[in-house]
Amino acid sequence: MYLMGGLVGIGLTLPALAYLLLPSKKAGRSVWTDAGKLDAIPDTEPTQLVVLREKADGWSKSFEPTSVWVVREGADVTAFSPQCPHLGCGYRWVDDQEHFLCPCHDSTFSIEGEVLTGPSPRALDRYDVRVEGDRLWLGQVRKSSEV
Amino acid sequence: VIRALLDWIDDRTGAVSAVKDFFDEEIPASAGWHQVFGSVALFLLTVQFLTGVLLAVNYAPQPETAYYSLQYIVNEVTAGRLMRGLHHWGATVMIVIVVLHMVQAAIWGAYKKPREMTWVAGVLLLLLTMAFGLTGYLLPWDNKAYWATVVTLQISALPPVAGDLTLRVLGSEEGTVGAATFARFYTLHTVVLPAITAALAVFHVALVRRHGVAPQPGDESKPKKKFYPGQVFKDTAAVFAVFVVLFALAAFVEAPLGQIADPNDTAFVPRPEWYFLFLFQILKFFEGSLEIVGAVVLPTLAVLALAALPFIDRSRFQRVGERLTAMAIVAVAGLVWGVLTWAAVVTTPDQAEGPGGGDWARLTPAQLAGGLHFTERNCDSCHNVVSGEPKAGPTLALVIGARQSADWVAGHIAEHGGAPRNVREALITFAAEITPERGLWLAEAPDFGLQGAAIYEKNNCGMCHVVNGAGENLGPPLNGVGGRRDPAWLAGHFRDPQAFVPESTMPPYPFDDDEMESDRRLYDGPAVKTAYLRGALRIQPPPITTSPS
Repeated sequence: MYLMGGLVGIGLTLPALAYLLLPSKKAGRSVWTDAGKLDAIPDTEPTQLVVLREKADGWSKSFEPTSVWVVREGADVTAFSPQCPHLGCGYRWVDDQEHFLCPCHDSTFSIEGEVLTGPSPRALDRYDVRVEGDRLWLGQVRKSSEV
Repeated sequence: VIRALLDWIDDRTGAVSAVKDFFDEEIPASAGWHQVFGSVALFLLTVQFLTGVLLAVNYAPQPETAYYSLQYIVNEVTAGRLMRGLHHWGATVMIVIVVLHMVQAAIWGAYKKPREMTWVAGVLLLLLTMAFGLTGYLLPWDNKAYWATVVTLQISALPPVAGDLTLRVLGSEEGTVGAATFARFYTLHTVVLPAITAALAVFHVALVRRHGVAPQPGDESKPKKKFYPGQVFKDTAAVFAVFVVLFALAAFVEAPLGQIADPNDTAFVPRPEWYFLFLFQILKFFEGSLEIVGAVVLPTLAVLALAALPFIDRSRFQRVGERLTAMAIVAVAGLVWGVLTWAAVVTTPDQAEGPGGGDWARLTPAQLAGGLHFTERNCDSCHNVVSGEPKAGPTLALVIGARQSADWVAGHIAEHGGAPRNVREALITFAAEITPERGLWLAEAPDFGLQGAAIYEKNNCGMCHVVNGAGENLGPPLNGVGGRRDPAWLAGHFRDPQAFVPESTMPPYPFDDDEMESDRRLYDGPAVKTAYLRGALRIQPPPITTSPS
């Protein structure tokens, strides 16, 4: 009796927990986003690009403008996520001081994304990048602490 | 310590002794396996509540989104398919168990004095269960859901005066299903019905406890049993068995989800859920003004008779074997129900679902044809439309800023091997008009839609006709023509337009049999061409938005 009752309980609870807690299966869509021609990005000068990135938010799929900071040295490209790793504010490049500055809590980052000053717990997060032909493609954002 | 804690809780709340009393309740010596159905029904109600809440957290209750959010639950959410399966099949199993519960009570005479109100509450619970089925049927927002609900609304509109009021309460004008009706069905299904059902179920169970389980003749001379452990074991075993069946159904038999609801799909033959089929079949016997008899009067009388059973049959308790009249009534009711359901099943045509609507049908023929040529001409080896693996050429829908001119695109196509004029033009239109949103729609377009659009473009149908706002207005606009004309008319009209419309100036389009019949099996007869007419063209044109000048 207890065994049967227990099995019914488990049979209901386990799927319910899986349903609520486990991440959803991605429906096999590519995460790569076309970020335009490589030579549109000035050499060694941090540039803010706006790309249309597919956003799968539950059942709704849409394309939203997403900003990204790109630094190109020849064919070598680094793409930073536009949010400060501290608390998610948008940061900007300060030309004359040659660093990224987050205006919220004054974290600063080098052109390589390393923390120079301030409360940010880690370097700037980066997109996976790929160059196909003469075009730049952005993949997933990776936390700098995990790279 | 546990003893002390339990005592404390019992002293302050009485919960412990309440549970103890519950299990120690005395039941007649004749109680046994035939009385498990009530517990099983209560268990299933809990399952429906639980899975219903879980479905609701990922469900977007709007006509525009409901179908897609359900697809998301089924295809992407972990265990989502199982949850929907449990909820869908749970409804079916619930009906079976509730009916068995009532049949048992009827045969054993458990409705007799003083248990009349227990029976009446039970009849109300049966109606609520059916109301759950009726309102829940609309929520997937596929063709079946939509058209079955249209029929439901038309039926509820039949009674004079009350019909109009019912329609208004259900948010429907003239028996159509729109956003307001959807919201009301959703509210009924997830707020109103659960609240009433929970309250009534508590009342029903409280009455059962108040009057005790119905005894049988001879019980008075035998010592009473306790609910625990004997009957609790039987109830648990029954719950377990039913749950195993339900779980297996949910895991292995996929709950149907058809094409997204298409209000213009006149070819769709709606059928209600199986437990309503007998009502559906009754409707066929009443014609014209008598329809209300089958749709409203008879079902109402049947429900009233069912509820009045304890007041009609007021004799003393008798043994099961001596209550032949009651047995006969139950048997005849079961037989009639079975025959009507069977008749409805065998007269249901096998239908391959029509082409179906969907956002893809909002694209113009040139955009659809362009999308087809884009793949067939291998443009996709260098370009993505909206998303895909990195490629050397730009993603067409995401080109920010100025697009290339038509001449440039024509030159680009020429550089890559060229294409016939109609293909080139479709590709140019495609390159100019594709947006991320349209790209996502295109990804959903079925093959016949693409092929049909390509034939439409190749034959320059757009020189005289408008579809989705594209084309010239010399001939009639074609949106919705698939709903106005049947496939045979369309096919015949292509071969000889003047035979059907004498004043027509349309030249004949003798599509070969391949074109006309190629995917007959897939699309219920229509040719590629007519499939497009019946599918894409069936969609009403999107509302015209004027930009402020």
